[in-house]
Amino acid sequence: MTLGDAFEVSAVKPMCTCTALSHDDVRRLIVAKELKSIAAAMQELEWKTSCGCAKCRPALNYYMLASWPGEAVDDQQSRFINERVHANIQKDGTYSVVPRMWGGLTSARELRAIADVADKYAIPTVKVTGGQRIDLLGVKKEDLPAVWADLNDAGMVSGHAYAKGVRTVKTCVGKEWCRFGTQDSTGLGVKIEKAMWGAWTPAKVKMAVSGCPRNCAEATCKDFGIICVDSGYDLVFAGAAGLDIKGTEPLCHVDTEEEAIEYGLALVQLYREQGHYLERVYKWAKRVGLDTVRAQIVADAPRRKALVERFVYSQTFFQTDPWAERVAGSEAHEFAPLATITYAEAAE
Amino acid sequence: MNAPFKSLVDVGHVTDVPARGARVVKLAETEIGVFRTMDDRIFAIDNRCPHRGGPLSEGIVHGHFVTCPLHNWVISLETGLAQGADEGCVRTVPVTVDEAGRLLLDLSALLARRAA
Repeated sequence: MTLGDAFEVSAVKPMCTCTALSHDDVRRLIVAKELKSIAAAMQELEWKTSCGCAKCRPALNYYMLASWPGEAVDDQQSRFINERVHANIQKDGTYSVVPRMWGGLTSARELRAIADVADKYAIPTVKVTGGQRIDLLGVKKEDLPAVWADLNDAGMVSGHAYAKGVRTVKTCVGKEWCRFGTQDSTGLGVKIEKAMWGAWTPAKVKMAVSGCPRNCAEATCKDFGIICVDSGYDLVFAGAAGLDIKGTEPLCHVDTEEEAIEYGLALVQLYREQGHYLERVYKWAKRVGLDTVRAQIVADAPRRKALVERFVYSQTFFQTDPWAERVAGSEAHEFAPLATITYAEAAE
Repeated sequence: MNAPFKSLVDVGHVTDVPARGARVVKLAETEIGVFRTMDDRIFAIDNRCPHRGGPLSEGIVHGHFVTCPLHNWVISLETGLAQGADEGCVRTVPVTVDEAGRLLLDLSALLARRAA
């Protein structure tokens, strides 16, 4: 198979200087030619460098995992440091740790465990994040597995706050407490986070569920948002509140929680299959067209259900806590120095 | 010039360092990054990016280069020089691999400078 006579290098923006191919070309060829490793892709697609660069390697690793779940091997050396050690690197080389709190809910037991960890490992800063989670900042790399072990013991897992992946579902208290609440927004947020956690995506995915149009969870600037109303759930997508600020676009209205979850999973899977690496949902949606996205998710029920099926299948491989894996000894070399020597030893 | 100190320190085996990866050697208050490239070459450089001090050993290793994890400066493992428009240089540390695959860091220059 060749790239085709009609292929014009000048017509596409290459992924990076290692190739003339665009992100779209590479994604398409990985599937069409059944390329299941980064090495195979570089060989078959005639990469110009021996092992790529810091731009294309993480992109190829994501495309492999998204295209071939359960088949492609996750290449740790092609991961940015944050995803390799499942924590966020800070300016001084220490890390921050964010345990998952489903839908933003926590408990006295979890808070005690977090406080104990902060004391035990002398963690200097404890802060609430923009996504309603607790951030432990200034953790030494060598301490990460022990910190995770203590958090695991209290029932907490990685919050993936470092991931080009599903982050958090921000919620308000909804009808369980709020006098304006129309639906159980907290409960729905928990269900969505339980369904989606662990999924790798082209760029981070932030979500929110608000219990009424007053929108306390700020769902209208998220990648996927839900506004609960008396008659059901207004689904919105493609918002942004970072480098760009952009209100969401309407996706559709649904009557039930089950449908809200189904449409959300389908949207995220469509994005996983079409997004360019590092391209947020709002940029992907603009590139392919908002109506094109709506047509595939809302109008085409069989397609929507097939997307959900592929998402759920992929999740069977990725819903494992990366912290627990490392507590159990995986990637141990990451967390220990190769050697520690003193000047006296060196000068012996 | 003869180094006044023992020049070679065994810091581990080549297979202790992941290919296209790095490990850290702690030397008192400083760190040296020991890198193993795709073609199984070994390099050692100061583990501090000349830009903002980022730990280079945590970067993505490609060819004979590493990209700093903090702000994506690309540093040559051979020369320590920042690539492209960025200007700066990291100190390189001589390193050899013996027949048994042991990694031997030559710290004589470092020690001589410290003693001076």
